[in-house]
Amino acid sequence: MENKTKKTLAVNTAWCKGCGICAAFCPQGVLELKKQKVFVAKPEKCVTCGLCEMRCPDYAVWLEEEKDDD
Amino acid sequence: MASRLIETYMRQEHLPHIWCGGCGHGILMRDVAQAIDNLKLNPKDVVIVSGIGCSSRAAGYMNFDTIHTTHGRAIAFATGIKMAKPRLKVIVVTGDGDATAIGGNHLIHAARRNIDLTVVVFNNSIYGMTGGQFSPTTPTGDMATTAPYGSIDPNFDIPRLAEAAGATYTARGTAYHAAQTIRLIENAILHEGFSLVECISVCPTYYGRKNHKGGAVEMMKWQRDNAVPAAKAKTLRPEELAGKLVYGELSCCERPEYTQEYQKIIEKAGGAER
Repeated sequence: MENKTKKTLAVNTAWCKGCGICAAFCPQGVLELKKQKVFVAKPEKCVTCGLCEMRCPDYAVWLEEEKDDD
Repeated sequence: MASRLIETYMRQEHLPHIWCGGCGHGILMRDVAQAIDNLKLNPKDVVIVSGIGCSSRAAGYMNFDTIHTTHGRAIAFATGIKMAKPRLKVIVVTGDGDATAIGGNHLIHAARRNIDLTVVVFNNSIYGMTGGQFSPTTPTGDMATTAPYGSIDPNFDIPRLAEAAGATYTARGTAYHAAQTIRLIENAILHEGFSLVECISVCPTYYGRKNHKGGAVEMMKWQRDNAVPAAKAKTLRPEELAGKLVYGELSCCERPEYTQEYQKIIEKAGGAER
């Protein structure tokens, strides 16, 4: 396979303050709050739009680029 | 552990930041970093200057040459930096109180001179850090710690104030409209002259709570549902725009820039060793 980059959601719960903005505005309902912290509940539904990363005030959720080595 | 943008442009050892959960300032600070990244500016050519207040904590987190100055004086310090080294991109991060109350004179005179600064005002409509006192942008009738029956003061329209004083680029973004706000900050940085971007933040802790606006999510939804793009606003009547938030580029024109005019004076006077 060709060497392409794919993006997956990454979270840093230590920085999350539980405001819920990411979950409220995720167009696919991927994110939820679990014990007041961001939780990737439905990763398979993520369309990597990046809106959560842009609107998280605490930089606790983002799209991580991963090199596909297959 | 953070995104490339945050690892590159923020001092991670100082994160998580001090701002409350759901505070829009974190989104807006990221917008500034993203705009700098999109423009591929050399970080060594960028200076971040802030005053005092919630907004002004940004200078502590952003990994550039930064200066956290005194209340209201961010633009005065920024003017000095720009005059000494005009090639630098000087970005002022300030708040509604810092920029338009105690710092109001610095704002209007920097705008009058059209000095090439980029002023990003994080407007949360209240003094957050000191406990929720009303600011010059608290809407008339809204509650604050110091206005328990509602403020009777008319509120400033910051971009209009700056434009009237001589700013050659003014715009308004919101915490909700992050992608558009990033673009507006980029335009402001590229503009040669005094540019100001008012960024409407959300303050769930004081402004939201005092005025029963709900939490951060509800306040962001209000921005989504009540913001009107500047181009569309031009087609609407004033009564249709009542209670709405107009965002986008609001004014842009060209006028001689202050440091360039000053260089001409230096040359007239016989030049100076650089």
